[in-house]
Amino acid sequence: MSDLTLNTPAAASPEAVSRSAPLSQVGLLGWARANLFSGWLNTAVTLVLAYLLIRWIVGFAEWGIVNAIWSVPDNQTQACRDLKGTGACWAVIAEKHRFILFGTYPFEEHWRPALCVLLFIGLYVVSAMRRFWRPVLGLIWAVVLTLIGVLMWGGVAGLSYVPQERWGGLVITLILATFGLAFAFPLAILVALGRRSKLPAIKALCVLYVELIRGVPLISLLFMASVMFPLFLPEGMNIDKLLRAQIAIILFAGAYLAEVVRGGLQALPKGQYEAADALGLSYWQKTGFIILPQALRMVIPPLVNTFIGFFKDTSLVLIIGIFDLLTAGKTAIIEPAWQGFGIEVYITVGAIYFVFCFAMSKYSQNLEAELNRHRRR
Amino acid sequence: MQPFGPSLTRALSIAALGIGLALPLAAKAQAPAGAANTLDAVRARGSLICGVNTGLAGFAQPDSQGVWRGFDADYCRAVAAAIFGDPNKVRFVPTTAQVRFTALQSGEVDMLARNTTWTLSRDTSLGLDFTATNFYDGQGFMVKASAGVKSAKELEGATICVQPGTTTEQNLTDWARANRIRFTPVVIERLEELLSAYVSGRCDAYTTDVSGLAATRSAQQRPADHLILPDIISKEPLALGVRQGDARFADITRWVHFLLLSAEEFGITQANVDQMANDPRPEVQRILGKNGGLGEMLGLQNGWAVNVLKAVGNYGELFQRHLVPLGIQRGPNALWTQGGLQFSPPFR
Amino acid sequence: MSDSTIDPRSLRTPPRRPLRLSWSDERVRGIVWQVLVVGLVGSIVWWLWSNTVHNLEVRRIATGFGFLTREAGLPIAEHVIDYSPTDTYFRALMVGLLNTLKVAIVGIILATILGTLIGIARLSKNWLLAKLAAVYVEVIRDLPLLLQLLFWYAILQGLPGPRQAIHPMEGVFLSNRGLKLPWIEWQDGHSYALLMLILGAVATWLYRRQALARQMRDGRPRPVWPVGLGLTLGLPLVVWAAAGAPWTVDWPALRGFNFQGGLNVSPEYFALLLGLVLYTAGFIAEIVRAGIQAVALGQWEAAQALGLRSGQVLKLIVLPQALRVIIPPMTSQYLNITKNSSLAVAIGYQDIVSIANTTLNQTGQAIEGIAIIMLVYLTISLSISLFMNWYNARIALVER
Repeated sequence: MSDLTLNTPAAASPEAVSRSAPLSQVGLLGWARANLFSGWLNTAVTLVLAYLLIRWIVGFAEWGIVNAIWSVPDNQTQACRDLKGTGACWAVIAEKHRFILFGTYPFEEHWRPALCVLLFIGLYVVSAMRRFWRPVLGLIWAVVLTLIGVLMWGGVAGLSYVPQERWGGLVITLILATFGLAFAFPLAILVALGRRSKLPAIKALCVLYVELIRGVPLISLLFMASVMFPLFLPEGMNIDKLLRAQIAIILFAGAYLAEVVRGGLQALPKGQYEAADALGLSYWQKTGFIILPQALRMVIPPLVNTFIGFFKDTSLVLIIGIFDLLTAGKTAIIEPAWQGFGIEVYITVGAIYFVFCFAMSKYSQNLEAELNRHRRR
Repeated sequence: MQPFGPSLTRALSIAALGIGLALPLAAKAQAPAGAANTLDAVRARGSLICGVNTGLAGFAQPDSQGVWRGFDADYCRAVAAAIFGDPNKVRFVPTTAQVRFTALQSGEVDMLARNTTWTLSRDTSLGLDFTATNFYDGQGFMVKASAGVKSAKELEGATICVQPGTTTEQNLTDWARANRIRFTPVVIERLEELLSAYVSGRCDAYTTDVSGLAATRSAQQRPADHLILPDIISKEPLALGVRQGDARFADITRWVHFLLLSAEEFGITQANVDQMANDPRPEVQRILGKNGGLGEMLGLQNGWAVNVLKAVGNYGELFQRHLVPLGIQRGPNALWTQGGLQFSPPFR
Repeated sequence: MSDSTIDPRSLRTPPRRPLRLSWSDERVRGIVWQVLVVGLVGSIVWWLWSNTVHNLEVRRIATGFGFLTREAGLPIAEHVIDYSPTDTYFRALMVGLLNTLKVAIVGIILATILGTLIGIARLSKNWLLAKLAAVYVEVIRDLPLLLQLLFWYAILQGLPGPRQAIHPMEGVFLSNRGLKLPWIEWQDGHSYALLMLILGAVATWLYRRQALARQMRDGRPRPVWPVGLGLTLGLPLVVWAAAGAPWTVDWPALRGFNFQGGLNVSPEYFALLLGLVLYTAGFIAEIVRAGIQAVALGQWEAAQALGLRSGQVLKLIVLPQALRVIIPPMTSQYLNITKNSSLAVAIGYQDIVSIANTTLNQTGQAIEGIAIIMLVYLTISLSISLFMNWYNARIALVER
């Protein structure tokens, strides 16, 4: 392994100022020399990596572009099968992309979930802009989420009613993640406050909840939601499967977010609490006006990271048979004509997840740098 | 402006309020479908909720447009047509093997048309009643022809792909013990994952109901490369299921099945159902509701049979449409008049 | 209620004033709030519980853990302890638990190694290496683990069949049935030797402590390794030789459908391990990088100025400080590996979740099945947390 970049910069000698650097030290060549070919070990590492990288890129391009088949006439996949794995069969995406994106939603109404996806993206973009970090943001969320509910269900304003079990694809992933966050966040704040409360019974309840949920895998909560929730409810009352999974995800997210929020509460200097007390503020005034605004500001980057985690974790609903993006992708290749093109579908679905997660992760990194700027000198 | 301040808290509380208002909308509980009277609940709701497989070629599987297609899916449509006269008043709920019984018990679905084997313990202890066997099946094995295996008895030491938590898994264990055969299982719940394990050669043999084997085989590039072994190791009557203790709804699902059989027996098809109304045979007259008032006895309209047959056709047509293309033969599912097991009591 | 925390307002009045039954008394408010919250939560739990009991009765679903002693009848492909379908559900669940531990422990070790290497690679002076490591971390962390597992499983299924197995060297076969390696036939002598190895390691650790303590007294360093080597290697060798030096190699060979003999790494296990390790290594790499960067440059310089050798700088100065930053997030990654191993159910590795799931399918006893899963994971999580907290406390900065 090569050296760490932690060496001190060499002390500049005074006469170096007047002379221009030799050609091998500046420009592309100099950069390459310094960063790729300094010493025999570094050179060897660079060459080996470059060789592997190029080989991989060429191989992937051959499979994915050169030898690939982009479309086939009505379900005749023989051409794809004749490739015997030397090329990708993107025809499966061409044929099934609407199913992967929208699941079993009525075909003529696909514009509705498509619009919902755009609304979700718009909601994320607006929430990411600091000039919207005002009370109106809460209103925007409430309005947009209601609008999405209306669009998906329909039954009003001339939209035909679409029952929940027909929803599917990308929009389910976005619903599970976004509604999960929207409900889990207030819950998480309460639990985090409760965990730092001086009241022993409330503190014990919150600790129990957080540790119980964080100690078990999400799968077990989803199993619970799918096979145990129906037993919890009185006879004749039942809530549908998506909502049950949504509740499991909210409970799960609540516990993890609570720990993130608690981190912010703990990081706040004690003086802030004491100063608020000195002003004679009540507990809720102190919390609402002094503590939370400062504590939450500190934890925005980890909050975004936790959200990325939930976004990915919603894919686990595959195991209880809910048609999210991943399940829809896998169901698309059950049809006999299209069996065996899993890799193509996984790559496509993976690319969709990646676009969302990558954007959020870049945003979180930028935000972290920005929020920390005042600390740097 | 300070990016964070009291304003953020206010934003949060407004969000919480809005979300709180949205909650009742989301938590809209479905019309209760108590054990006592499913038919009334279905009528009140305006649609039948039918539990189907999450995806099994030929039986229930969404197509590229997201419409559920298949033998079982059409049974759901037939029951909806019998109740409402409209085969589209049905909602399909995909259920995994694990949650299918819970879903029925809790009222999440009204009926199961989901390749469920009728067994004594399920019939008595899981809170459901099986009404009619819409498909007679049996468990078998499929192997690659190149393996040179001619009988299941030669599978000593083989790796066998099987779906867990089903009767299939237990049958396999019983059979292996009885025949002193050691095998390595590969157990995966998602069917497509399991199939790809067999096709890729991860397993030497794949065991499931013969219909499933035939469907898988016909989907292969060269079906002749795969061999379904002659040994049948179990009886698998795949039946429709309803909640226990609802005799009326059980009757409806049962007689929809018998209607499909009788229609085939008397040559009533989707295309000729209107002409057949003039058929002089008394039983045809009774089936199609010309006289006898049989529909009312079931709590339906007398034209129910015409609606069902117009919507999906008779049993033979269903079979022809969904299963024959997969290479599944009628076999035991032929009518009793043709040496099969499918038998309808008289419409009288 | 205790008055252990000092409330500024309590300074104005004597701390032990009597309770006034008034809303303006903070303690009364506290009690009322607690009664309300506990009452609310308690009544919700009671409501759910009574519904459940009623539903179980109406639907005639059996309750209790009596099924644990019944015959399981479910086949399990991989088992650490002996198992056949005629064994009980309890034993089947034990097999599942051991399978979970098998993948979690190996996963934790491999992910730590790989993650550390990638974390260091990200700080490399070699631009290509650093960039590749950064791209790896970014891509792997932005894809759902389940998708990655399915992907790897699909890739592993693409390997050739057992008859065309890749056969790089004697006794090693790679096929879609997994990786086959030669393995020694386990005999009593090996067990004794293994026991001695563990005893030797403990003894070495004790000796090292003593040596360090003496070094603290007289300042003379004492080499630990000769004694350590003797204890950890020599002792087991002697015991093994005394037991008759058992040594029979079990070579895998193709007989009938499958390879017989040898050590088998199944594709399901391998795909799960590969997915878990590659995924978690992405997170560990970031933790390690942050930990190393958290050590101020001055610390390196100061240590070099003291004349410490570079190995000593790393061991005595940098690592202890970096570990302090690394350990807490590392703990949650270890917990994540363990919990994420439950995704095994999607690709057919029979871990505790998969077997409990089949059990609850066959018996219809959902509550018991899920209770078992949760109990197992809670126990594992708690054990890892306790161990890591203990370790963290040991290396924590001793503050005044």
